[in-house]
Amino acid sequence: MPDDTSGVTDGGRTTVQPGSLRSRLGDLLPGALTAVSAVVALALLVPLVWVVVQATQLDAARALDFFLRPDTLGIAVNSVILVAAVTLGSVLVGVPLAFLTVQTDLPFRRFWTVVAALPLVVPSYIGAFAFASLVGPRSSFYGLLGTAVVLTLFSYPYVFLTTRASLRSFDGTVVEAARTLGEDRLTAFRRVTLPQVWPGVAAGSLLVALYTLSDFGTPMILQYDVFTRAIYLEFKVNNLGFAALLSLVLLGFTLVILAGESRLGTSAEGAHVSSGSRRAGRLELGVWKWPALGFCGLVAVLGLVVPLGTLVSWLFRAEPGYAAGGYAFRPEYVWNSLSVAGAAAAVAVLVGIPVAYLAARGDGLLASLPERATYIGYATPGVVMGLSLIFFGLNVAGALYGTVGILVFAYVARFVPQAVGIIQSSILQVDPEHDEAARSMGDGPLQSFRRTMLPQVTPGVLAGGALVFLTTMKELPATLMLRPFGFETFVTYIWKVQEAGYYGQAAVPALVLVLVSALSMAVILSRERYDVT
Amino acid sequence: MSRNVRPNAREDAAAGSGGAGAAEPGDGMLELDGVTRSFGPETAVENFSLSVSEGELLTLLGPSGCGKTTTLRLIAGLDEPTGGSVSVAGEVVAADGAFVAPEDRDVGLVFQDFALFPHLTVAENVAFALEDWPAEQRTARVDELLELVEMTDHRGKSPSQLSGGQQQRVALARSLAPEPDIILLDEPFSNLDVRLRVEMREEVRDILKRTGVTAVSVTHDQEEALSISDRVAIMNNGRLEQVGQPEVVFENPRSRFVASFLGRASFLTGRVRGGTVETELGTLPTDRFNGPVEAYDGAEIDVLARPDDLQATPTTDASADGQVVHRQYNGPNFVYRVELQGGDVVRCLHNHVETFEHCQPVSVDIVADHPLAWYPAE
Repeated sequence: MPDDTSGVTDGGRTTVQPGSLRSRLGDLLPGALTAVSAVVALALLVPLVWVVVQATQLDAARALDFFLRPDTLGIAVNSVILVAAVTLGSVLVGVPLAFLTVQTDLPFRRFWTVVAALPLVVPSYIGAFAFASLVGPRSSFYGLLGTAVVLTLFSYPYVFLTTRASLRSFDGTVVEAARTLGEDRLTAFRRVTLPQVWPGVAAGSLLVALYTLSDFGTPMILQYDVFTRAIYLEFKVNNLGFAALLSLVLLGFTLVILAGESRLGTSAEGAHVSSGSRRAGRLELGVWKWPALGFCGLVAVLGLVVPLGTLVSWLFRAEPGYAAGGYAFRPEYVWNSLSVAGAAAAVAVLVGIPVAYLAARGDGLLASLPERATYIGYATPGVVMGLSLIFFGLNVAGALYGTVGILVFAYVARFVPQAVGIIQSSILQVDPEHDEAARSMGDGPLQSFRRTMLPQVTPGVLAGGALVFLTTMKELPATLMLRPFGFETFVTYIWKVQEAGYYGQAAVPALVLVLVSALSMAVILSRERYDVT
Repeated sequence: MSRNVRPNAREDAAAGSGGAGAAEPGDGMLELDGVTRSFGPETAVENFSLSVSEGELLTLLGPSGCGKTTTLRLIAGLDEPTGGSVSVAGEVVAADGAFVAPEDRDVGLVFQDFALFPHLTVAENVAFALEDWPAEQRTARVDELLELVEMTDHRGKSPSQLSGGQQQRVALARSLAPEPDIILLDEPFSNLDVRLRVEMREEVRDILKRTGVTAVSVTHDQEEALSISDRVAIMNNGRLEQVGQPEVVFENPRSRFVASFLGRASFLTGRVRGGTVETELGTLPTDRFNGPVEAYDGAEIDVLARPDDLQATPTTDASADGQVVHRQYNGPNFVYRVELQGGDVVRCLHNHVETFEHCQPVSVDIVADHPLAWYPAE
């Protein structure tokens, strides 16, 4: 589940604080930093160009044929329906849970808060895998229903967390103000609470929409024809032109959602006026406590108990299809996963530091451009990233094609913003005067960076690296498409036994991935404002 | 504190607009009768009785944690008393079992941090409570209030674009808009910087007086309370210590607590003998004192001496009452701390040109031209 940590990092970034150093940065580090950052940004973008190139190589008649065939329209309609269904479902599950855990006297609120956030640690393809094995083949669960249910269950926590954050930052005294101005509880909620909490709900919804659009594993396993699945299938039959065209359309849809997100970003900013943090009294649920508990329990059962219970049950079943057979798990897969993830993390941190430093301390648009540019790779669905790098390998860098190098490149291109985001916010927390103090005592710019900045941002750098490492561990589509022949990781192994139906063999690696995923969530939650305790 | 309360203090008679405590139900716009609020074993407000008459501006003054904000929330209906009753405009809004919700009381509240609605403009904030009014009247009322608080030019702005003082004006206008019987102000000036604070005090008092609304304000700043209020109610530990006009309360603090809280108070040991009180700084006739000091013949008392009641004069060691132990320069004046030979420490206020050195022997005179307050010795 490559994207499952997306905008959470993004959303937590703080704005640049003014420091007198900023104005002088241009003189002090002439070009070097900017050049490095620009090269990084360009390198991350070049592959995408090849999707466009590949698409234009298709002759006009075939291209027209592509756009006119019913399949294409069907895929687009399916994708829109799925995005709408999952987003709506996530709001219907996430918002009530956030409200119950923040503003009511629900029993065991802290417990439910953690439980409600936890499904995020189940990579959605693992969840889909578990549900598919439960319902058995040829169930009506396949298709839209199953895909929408599974994606909702494992992505609603985005809405839950963002709504919760805005409910918590919401100043309860305004509700009291509304009540002294003659509004009862319900009207006060409608006129005061809702308009202020809405940006949080919308932000979470857009994350869910973005995630749903780019998710690959769930529609593959549950066989629902959306863009990601269609692109992969065209790729499998070597119909690269169609795959490229589909990718472009998918990127277009992605841009629409991103545009919504950026508009939201500006309107939600500066919405806080009061520094007061006192919260109005919690709503007493009374007898409604029981349905509320039932709702929380149902979500927990579907999102946690069922998928994890299924994985655990595989450990103990010996029927054909569960027991050993087919493919044996080999220790080298673990090594393969760890080494590519480690390499991706190291490169992402090295590349991320100059970009983050420039964005945090530099001046103007030029300084923030590389940082902004890295998000393009981030928003690119893994299938499209995989495809673009295949084109890149075929057309330009033949030597890279089918190597671990191009795989690592794909991971870095996709996940470097996670590192940049965390490193940037730790740089922003460093007082610029520390640097000025060091400079006044005779340190040069680099020396000062090494002696004042680096020691203070090291925890952030490590966290950024850890996050890239953990996210890479569970990336599915680009890994499937770009891995060298015969190169198996945790994820490709799970994919292979899933396709073959040898569930039992997937249990241990799948549980390990859930653990990895949980660790990456812990990294994010420990550094961001989404306080779940 | 209670054991330091002086019997038969004069101000009870002097406080024209209602004495301390004992409120008679029904005669004021706001009546608190024996109001108590406990949180488990903690009692935030205890047996609190007060009457506020129509159009009056009363300030609840006390240190933080004395229960004054809780009292305000009980009046607003944001909290429910555990005992006693609250009446607004003759209607009981909180008493045993009966409770009127905040939205059904005609009580406005200006919050300490203003609590403006960040998603609404200035004009929309002011119009918030007027939703049911016909559009024309609503617009007229909003215009009227924006004019009153001089915010007409800012009507389209969002609260985050306003300065602290402007936010306060909007908050005030918003609360006044639905024409409440009572308006409550919770530490109204604490979120403003010092200079603005003084300016807004006059401004807010002026606005309240022009609208004729009954107002209850809460503060821990004695200067603010004394300067804006018609009457001041001093609270301590959840109890009402004293209530009265600012100058009356200031001159005749009923307890040591009130005396200390309202200004830098020093106490001078004295002994009542016949028709006089003997102190280290001289013997004074009992008629210079408040209340029946003669009744304490032979007893020791503590006389309240504020810096402006005393004057120090440089002298020789032999004739000195004490020596200067500390000097505080405030710009326009000095406050000297003098340690008397008997051990009492008093403060003397002097003009900024009267410079005494540390350890300077001085004689100290009582120059107060008002009756002195006193307390039975501890």
